[in-house]
Amino acid sequence: MLDVRLYLAQRISALIMVPLVLGHLAVMIYAIQGGLSAAEILGRTKGSFFWFAFYGLFVLAVSVHASIGVRAIVHEWTGIGKRALDIFTLGVGFILSVLGAWSVMAVTLT
Amino acid sequence: MPADEPMLRVSVWRGSGTKGEFENFDVPVRENQTILDIVSWIQQYADPTLSYRFACRVGMCGSCAMMVNGEPRWTCRTHVNKVASHDNSLTLEPLRNLPVIKDLAADLAPFFEKWVEAEAFHHPESTREDEIAAVDPESAERAGIDAAIECINCAVCYAACDTVAGNVDYLGPAALQRAWTQFQDERAGSKDAILDAVSGSGGCHNCHSMGSCAHYCPNELNPLIAIADLKRITAWRRLKGGSNA
Repeated sequence: MLDVRLYLAQRISALIMVPLVLGHLAVMIYAIQGGLSAAEILGRTKGSFFWFAFYGLFVLAVSVHASIGVRAIVHEWTGIGKRALDIFTLGVGFILSVLGAWSVMAVTLT
Repeated sequence: MPADEPMLRVSVWRGSGTKGEFENFDVPVRENQTILDIVSWIQQYADPTLSYRFACRVGMCGSCAMMVNGEPRWTCRTHVNKVASHDNSLTLEPLRNLPVIKDLAADLAPFFEKWVEAEAFHHPESTREDEIAAVDPESAERAGIDAAIECINCAVCYAACDTVAGNVDYLGPAALQRAWTQFQDERAGSKDAILDAVSGSGGCHNCHSMGSCAHYCPNELNPLIAIADLKRITAWRRLKGGSNA
């Protein structure tokens, strides 16, 4: 139940995620050198527009990418109809973006 | 038959529609025996009511495919000694992902209806007044078509495809590959109609590239190449605003 529109949205969101995943992994490896503390992480992210934009974009790309991926799995496993599938896809995307945005705001807004 | 003759223990699916069960037959082992020989022996010597389908017996017509030990195969070219288990047992079922008419004969109508849905047929636009199209046999498009048109419509790829199993709307490898050959054909008109047909909710974008079609194709074709190319062509067309499909 993927048409070319959803296919492109999933591929483009994947392209956006590639550098973000690499950046996220690199910072993780860098950040744990010499121990890991909430204060150190928040010290880097609080009030930073860069990290707000970095993880904000990441959350949006993940929400699009994952909701379409889960849509394909749910359709093949349950065979539910297009309308229910559309609502499910939007629901997953909405929940992921709200939870993600909440987390991004929590660690970047001062 | 002699009492000490080596025998095969063959479990054959019997029934119609969604109802049925396995029935066991003991079939004598022969040299160079194919799966089609097995079902023919059962029909001729054990149970004349057994239904199955075949025509050419030499791997050309694509009629005799069925599930052998859970895998789709063309039975006329599948030797028993390649697929029988160590205890000389075999399991034969009708092709997966298709309705069953009776016993080992699957109903291929949905398979061919999807060829039509995919616009996988010639779209002529020339008239007798036009010049005959010059097709360069060395061109990349023609070379691609050359491989893909060796498809014998046996539906082995369709039975092998897990995406078809989970998504009844999915057009399947054979229909998409044939649509791709039609798209590549220099003589074809209505190329947008083909691309629209393979871009819908059951179209090429549903393929997960698992490759069962290429793995099981008895003619060693690779529909993944055609499907990947259709994905690429339709994606670029959409990005360039060529279609709303």
